[in-house]
Amino acid sequence: MDLLDDDAAPGNTPEYTVSELSGAVKRTIEGEFGFVRVRGEVGRVSRPRSGHIYLDLKDDNAVISGVIWKGVSQRLQSQPEEGMEVIATGKLTTFPGQSKYQIVIDDIRPAGMGALMAMLEKRKAQLQAEGLFDPARKKPLPFLPEIIGVVTSPSGAVIRDILHRLRDRFPRKVLVWPVAVQGQACAPEVARAIEGFNSMTPGGALPRPDLIIVARGGGSVEDLWGFNEEIVARAAAASAIPLISAVGHETDTTLIDFVSDYRAPTPTGAAERAVPVRLDLLSWVAQQGSRMTNAMGQRLQTRGQRLRDLSRALPRPDSLLDGPRQRLDVLGDRLPGALTRLVDRQRLCLAKQAGSLRPATLARALTHERTRLDDRAARLAPALERLLQTRREALARRGDRLTPRPILREIRAGTDRLATLSRRLDEAQRARLDALSKRLDSLDRLRETLGYRETLRRGYAVVRGDGQVVTTRAAAEAASGLEIEFADGTLKLGGTAPKRSEKPKPPEQGSLF
Amino acid sequence: MSDETPVKDMSFEQAMAELEQVVARLERGDVALDESIALYERGAKLKARCEQKLNEAEEKVAKITLDADGNPTGTAPLDAG
Repeated sequence: MDLLDDDAAPGNTPEYTVSELSGAVKRTIEGEFGFVRVRGEVGRVSRPRSGHIYLDLKDDNAVISGVIWKGVSQRLQSQPEEGMEVIATGKLTTFPGQSKYQIVIDDIRPAGMGALMAMLEKRKAQLQAEGLFDPARKKPLPFLPEIIGVVTSPSGAVIRDILHRLRDRFPRKVLVWPVAVQGQACAPEVARAIEGFNSMTPGGALPRPDLIIVARGGGSVEDLWGFNEEIVARAAAASAIPLISAVGHETDTTLIDFVSDYRAPTPTGAAERAVPVRLDLLSWVAQQGSRMTNAMGQRLQTRGQRLRDLSRALPRPDSLLDGPRQRLDVLGDRLPGALTRLVDRQRLCLAKQAGSLRPATLARALTHERTRLDDRAARLAPALERLLQTRREALARRGDRLTPRPILREIRAGTDRLATLSRRLDEAQRARLDALSKRLDSLDRLRETLGYRETLRRGYAVVRGDGQVVTTRAAAEAASGLEIEFADGTLKLGGTAPKRSEKPKPPEQGSLF
Repeated sequence: MSDETPVKDMSFEQAMAELEQVVARLERGDVALDESIALYERGAKLKARCEQKLNEAEEKVAKITLDADGNPTGTAPLDAG
């Protein structure tokens, strides 16, 4: 024994190692709280990938950590959610490595109806906020579905009621997807069934329904609870096939009823909404047919009557010709008499004219004309003789006055005038040539003064290099040879000047003309 | 007249709706005689289509069979009792 040890020891209290103490605590706690029920509010919930659920249970003053092992969590009727008032059953255990304790939960469920309903309200509010209850989302139900998918229990009154009512109204093809309608399997199976019907292809081995009915008979709130689960509501909302919900009695409302396209009060009600009554439709069709025939018949009869009325008002073709025919008869009767009368009148006229026509009248006219002719012939010869005499005398008078002198005078005057004009023309031409020659000389002198050669005479020179006029020193250096032009000739300096293809043009020599 | 969908491909509802229109137009009597004959013929086809769909009333009930994972495998007759 050590002195120091003695000083510290408070009497005979047994001494534990940490592990011993932790183990003792663990035994005590697990022994004392091997099976407890605790009521509290669910705090923070975490679900790691392991499948276990870690959560806190709390009230106003205290917190206890809890765990739900994976195997347990899968068979829970309702999953814990934060804020939910619950009753948890399980045992306490410690966690010696961290000086902690926790409750291992075997079962957890909402604490009574109030808690359950509060949870449902919360869920409902959330789905509503997401717009899943929006009336605009609701799809119209087909008027006459070919295939109806029913999600329900394959045995029991519900499917019987549905089939019975369908048979009464309009027998259809029905595909039943069997599901558990209560208990923990209910929600996942129902959701799976709705998705399964939607993933079928039209005309496939399993034909896709045009309409889905999700149905269940009445029961307690707990029995119907599966239809309040979020996965069911979401599957129903996502269904592309129109969906009728019929869960419980008319007074029971579950979450799926808010998202379905139509909420039927009962399974029978769902069947009634699903199909029309065949016999009603048959009689409707027959009635439409007879209305159509009547309307058509009446129409034809009206038209026929009208046609008959009109044709009666139409005159007979014969009667149209009666008038003209009568006129023809009358005129025909009058025709021979009129002809006779015309001939008589013309004959009378002819007789009148013929009466005045006699040979004596003609002979008298002939004698008169012959007398006039003889008279004129006797006067013809002396008249001609007189006329000839007169003309001959006039000709002799004119011939005496005819001489050539005036013509000769005119020719002389013309010759003089021609000589004068010819002389004046020569003089004018000479004077003009002199003037032009003088002007040409003076212009040539002006050109000489203005040209560069005149400048050369005053002591300037033009330098060319390689055929170009050189005006700068740099250009002169660059040239291979230079040529200097003076007034009296050209001097070549340096290398051989390249041959020029053309004569250099004197700079700034503009044309004066 | 809506000739877009051939009558033989029409759903009952489509055929019914058009038949109703045809009857109404014939009864109103404001269409030309030629057109009313065409209407009548179309109406007769629509009526036949409706009757055909109504006569396709066949009850056939089957239950979907599922494998262990809950996937559909086929159908079986349903004995609902």
